[in-house]
Amino acid sequence: MSRRLRRKMMNVVALSLSGVATLIGLAFLGAILWTLFKNGLAGMSTTLFTQSTPPPGSTGGLLNAIYGSVVMTLIGILVGAPVGLLAGTYLAEYGRGTRLSSVIRFVNDVLLSAPSIIIGLFVYEALVLRMGHFSAFAGAVSLAIIALPVTVRTTEDMLNLVPQGMKDASTAMGAYRWRTIVGVIYPAARSGLVTGLLLSIARISGETAPLLFTALNNQFWSSNLNAPIANLPVVIFQFALSPYKNWQQLAWSAALLITLAILALSILARTLISALDAGTGRR
Amino acid sequence: MAVERLAATATGRVAATESRHAAAQRVRERLFHGATFAAAILVLTVLGGVAVSLISGAWPAFARFKLAFLTESIWNPVTERFGALAPVYGTLVTSFIAMLFAVPISFGIAVFLTELAPSWLKRPVGVAIELLAAVPSIIFGVWGLFVLSPLLQHSVQPWLIEVLGPLPVLGKLFQGPPFGIGIFTAALVLAIMVIPFVSAVMRDVFETVPDVLKESGYGLGATTWEVIWKVVVPYTRTGMVGGIMLGLGRALGETMAVTFVIGNAHRISTSLLAPGTTISASIANEFTEAVGDLYTSSLIALGALLFFITFAVIAAARYMLLRLDRKALSSV
Repeated sequence: MSRRLRRKMMNVVALSLSGVATLIGLAFLGAILWTLFKNGLAGMSTTLFTQSTPPPGSTGGLLNAIYGSVVMTLIGILVGAPVGLLAGTYLAEYGRGTRLSSVIRFVNDVLLSAPSIIIGLFVYEALVLRMGHFSAFAGAVSLAIIALPVTVRTTEDMLNLVPQGMKDASTAMGAYRWRTIVGVIYPAARSGLVTGLLLSIARISGETAPLLFTALNNQFWSSNLNAPIANLPVVIFQFALSPYKNWQQLAWSAALLITLAILALSILARTLISALDAGTGRR
Repeated sequence: MAVERLAATATGRVAATESRHAAAQRVRERLFHGATFAAAILVLTVLGGVAVSLISGAWPAFARFKLAFLTESIWNPVTERFGALAPVYGTLVTSFIAMLFAVPISFGIAVFLTELAPSWLKRPVGVAIELLAAVPSIIFGVWGLFVLSPLLQHSVQPWLIEVLGPLPVLGKLFQGPPFGIGIFTAALVLAIMVIPFVSAVMRDVFETVPDVLKESGYGLGATTWEVIWKVVVPYTRTGMVGGIMLGLGRALGETMAVTFVIGNAHRISTSLLAPGTTISASIANEFTEAVGDLYTSSLIALGALLFFITFAVIAAARYMLLRLDRKALSSV
């Protein structure tokens, strides 16, 4: 009887611990969000969106940094996502089952988890050194390289979900492969592809390490792609570590802004996934 | 693929009549096929480009210091002597301690999500943990510096020093004043960042266990925990290790969060509470300020080391997950 009791006790203890582990995980998310709201809300005002980053001690906003982040993220996605879509299409369709695609799939996985600071070093060597100066363009390229493997992966996964019967039906009507892919497979996988797009935007808009020595930072308003540009992550990095109160306040506000934007994107993407699941009757 | 072959011969016959429309379609087909192929090759080229540019950038440092670069802990920009030992040590130690915290907690979360949570709770909790993964690393850094470090400095670290400090051997790890920032704090922040990744992979591999196996366990009278520990865990062992390695890969390369809380000191201390540095933190801190080609090259050499360490870890992880995939497929 004591053996049975011991097993029951063990069961209760182990399962309670797993509940505790989950609570710990949730507590960290809660703690981080709470800190951001507590410190970030104090600095929320319209000047945040109408003025550029100030010198220490005077008032200002984050306009130039918000603009720089949006522009570099947009260019990064516009360059990275189409290439990722095509490469993912190759893996799921033309190259399916070939040796080359398994090599590319592996390389893509390595890129997906490669440290982003390494991508920054690469773009520094390849672009910044050659052009002779830091630039928004170089920052955008490093973001594109980070977005690329994310879109390749989601594209391949989503295209693989399209039922073979649909592809066969299109082929049987005499459609060429490209027509089947563009006219049948892409529309069928649409919400999945959009989800992947949103997730890669979320991923690159908070990246800091690769921007440190590609886009650098800029105290002033700049819309020149060929010059250093301000951006939210690097502003957070510099301002949070500065001794000036107004800079630290701006860093908290920037941190709150960027986190809210990214969480909103992620939640939107997940809502799309569940809509997709409901639509195709999975789960 | 009989249908496809049939369709191919059918299109072949139509093409034989050589209408202008078909010719245009064939050109587009070739263009589209070519474009997807080129994009796929570009993925290969990017990785190749990263490797080549890192090696060529690191070459001056490697040529100058040879093996001493790996074995010396001197990092002196004034005399231009550079050794990678301190950052390499910091990277490995912070990541190792981070995994010590992250693996049990991730395992608990995965167990909770797959075996324990009622279905109405599964989704919200799962999404919340995934959101933790979406939070940018710089946010973890700011939070770690302004919230976690003071907390550790005032309540956790004095306790560690007092209770564990006097112990033989183990006590060496908990010496010195409580700085707040340092190796230990960095490891803790890394652990928090890695938890969502490891628990997501573990949850996915747990779901590959066939229900029949688990039901046989229950049929023999096993408790839920016994089914998890003696059926689910042995079945998914390679996949779990793969997930842990993926998390380790993240931890090794993580930059911004670590840069905030590690203290950025190029030295190796036996105490975990002392400030240190990691490869990525050194690069992030010093790269834009590095004066002189040898200094820059040494930092890129650090990057090259990091690249090869993470490459090895990620490759091993992928290989293990792939093996589990095959097993899952063959058992279906």
